Amino acid sequence: MEATAKEIQKKETEVKEGAERTRAKRLYTPPVDIIEGEDRLLLIADMPGVDENSVDITLEKNILTINGTVEPEIPENHRLVSYEYGIGDYHRTFTLSDEIDREKIEATVKNGVLRLTLPKAEAAKTRKIPVKAE
Amino acid sequence: MLFSNSENWFRDPWDEFDRMRRSLWGLSSGSLSEFPSVNMWVSSDDTVVTTEIPGLDPEDIDISVAGRTVTLKGSRKADELQKGESFHRRERWNGEFSKTIELPFNIEADNVTARFRKGVLYLTLPKAEAERPRKIEIKSN
Repeated sequence: MEATAKEIQKKETEVKEGAERTRAKRLYTPPVDIIEGEDRLLLIADMPGVDENSVDITLEKNILTINGTVEPEIPENHRLVSYEYGIGDYHRTFTLSDEIDREKIEATVKNGVLRLTLPKAEAAKTRKIPVKAE
Repeated sequence: MLFSNSENWFRDPWDEFDRMRRSLWGLSSGSLSEFPSVNMWVSSDDTVVTTEIPGLDPEDIDISVAGRTVTLKGSRKADELQKGESFHRRERWNGEFSKTIELPFNIEADNVTARFRKGVLYLTLPKAEAERPRKIEIKSN
């Protein structure tokens, strides 16, 4: 492993004052990779326990919000004797600096990983300005 | 004495389990130094081990059982960058992992079942027949 397990531990979201949740459930901040290409942003988030029906993505102005709801699967007639990770929902927000083409946002969830493709709007695509030599 | 731990009245249940784990079970594994993290659930007949390893396909997870131990192995690769792409953030783990868990009983290797759903692995490890609790009938005469 490139990182130690301690760095990979799930991180609980710090609740900001005045924004407490109504559900008494743990809330985690999913780790993400964000890749920027010329015409898109690709956001990949680890959200184990979530599928395509339990993740909710909104883009309001330039605030991207990701929410994931997890229904813990508890083995019947078993007793928890040891735990190294907690289970709860996911929440994270990002401020996007680029103009995004909302109509073409695509999201998939597979094996607990969310992949979100955010195509840049025409105006935001990098334009190369040729510099002419005199 | 009654109020000695009053500040813990509303303790989080997971923290409570954490405390119980340390004080009661004393597992030989259970250190946080090894990835992936696992939770363990017991009944009289088996132990269920769960772990979160998102992004793997079920066939990429290697599970082997020997005696009292079960070993989980797998790996995950980061996305390869295309031309002109760059990472803005890189927080997700990648690489290979291997974790061995020792249980307090011999495992019936033939009847181990594994299920992988939404990035979570559920492993059911039955106790060897000889180690299961048995009900003793009491004869009246």
